[in-house]
Amino acid sequence: MNRITVSEACRAVIKRDLLLAFRHRSEIANPMLFFIIVTSIFPLAMRPDPELLRTIAPGVIWVAALLAGILSQERLFRSDYEDGSLEQLVLSPHPLSLLVLSKIVAHWLVTGLPLIVLAPLIGILFQLPAQDMPVLIITLVLGTPLLSLVGAIGTALIVGLSRGGVLLSLLVLPLYVPVLIFATGAVAAASVGLPVAGQLYILGALLVLSLTLAPLATAAALRISLS
Amino acid sequence: MWVWFHKLGSPPYFYRLSGRLMPWLGWSCALLLIAGLIGGLILSPPDYQQGDSVRIIYIHVPSAWMSMFIYMVMAVAAAIGLIWRIKISDVMITASAPIGASFTFIALVTGSLWGKPMWGTWWVWDARLTSELILLFLYFGYMALHTAIEDPRIAAKAGAILVLVGAVNIPIIHYSVEWWSTLHQGATVAKFDKPSIHLSMLIPLLLMAGAFKLFYVVNVLKRARCELLVRERRSAWVRELVS
Repeated sequence: MNRITVSEACRAVIKRDLLLAFRHRSEIANPMLFFIIVTSIFPLAMRPDPELLRTIAPGVIWVAALLAGILSQERLFRSDYEDGSLEQLVLSPHPLSLLVLSKIVAHWLVTGLPLIVLAPLIGILFQLPAQDMPVLIITLVLGTPLLSLVGAIGTALIVGLSRGGVLLSLLVLPLYVPVLIFATGAVAAASVGLPVAGQLYILGALLVLSLTLAPLATAAALRISLS
Repeated sequence: MWVWFHKLGSPPYFYRLSGRLMPWLGWSCALLLIAGLIGGLILSPPDYQQGDSVRIIYIHVPSAWMSMFIYMVMAVAAAIGLIWRIKISDVMITASAPIGASFTFIALVTGSLWGKPMWGTWWVWDARLTSELILLFLYFGYMALHTAIEDPRIAAKAGAILVLVGAVNIPIIHYSVEWWSTLHQGATVAKFDKPSIHLSMLIPLLLMAGAFKLFYVVNVLKRARCELLVRERRSAWVRELVS
């Protein structure tokens, strides 16, 4: 019997999840479509005044990214829970937190990364000046993995429930507040020419913190949900 | 110490002990509450700027303290419950959450009643108001999760994890909101040098804070005892008690 190492196991999990995602392309496309539609509803609901749009752009883009993240988050463990492969994951001899982290990474590659690619497009729709764009993208690069990591804890807690969608947002949205504040704060500061290094450092620190703690909490939560 | 700790974790012992403590706690809570209310509403002077509106702080400030204190208690109980698997701690968290949410709600409402004459508006997106509001959402999140999961054992453990995650997040949320915007007056009691509140106001405030704390203890014990009877309804000691 040949044993596989931890890194091989993690790679296998990532590969499997990516493969599954690409076989169901609509599930990748749906959060992106949601993101585009939600953001483009805002100018319709208000005056399409370029000045106003520019002011609300970071907030709108970030809130839409939060909601798109939460909607796609439910998929993270759902199908694995239903077909039993999640239990196999829990039973495997490798540390569950690392396997969970690989799942989160795969999930982020499929749902978080496309939002980052789309963000400049939405920025153009909102008349966001070109010099603010890099800051917006950096905040999304630092922030969306954070959303996935923190959201995974909530998803793991409710994986056994049949209808968890609204509940998930109740659990997780309050925890997203710091990300939202620092990310939109950075973009807003950049647009008036203030330094943004502080906010970006804090986002980075939060990302490191959640990278270390969130997989552990998610693994513990999965064990409880499956017990 | 450890023996006592384990004894406290045993439901029948906890039930008897809390039953014996209850009248003492209840009466001292009532005394403190009366003393604090008389001190706060009658004896203490009106503020030179805020007039009689200042008296709302004797409710507002202790409620705000309690809202944070109860979440801390829940977090400690959650850690104890997850580490030592003590049944009582699950019961304590479940019993605390609605009380904590109520205190948070009272703090928000009294704060907004005070804000209308003082700041001229019911609500401002000020740092402390916002973090108090988010704390309320955290309480609601816990309660929603707890009611959504049917198996009480799983609900208790899942809730404990959520409470701990929230506890890690609370300081982060607090400071993020603080840097985001603040209008609120700074802390006036817990300063390490001299408190900037006058003694005639400080004493009723502290009396009220003590009364609120005891009120919480009495209520949480009462709720925990009921919850315990329901959960242990099939065990011998409950049958003995009922028969």
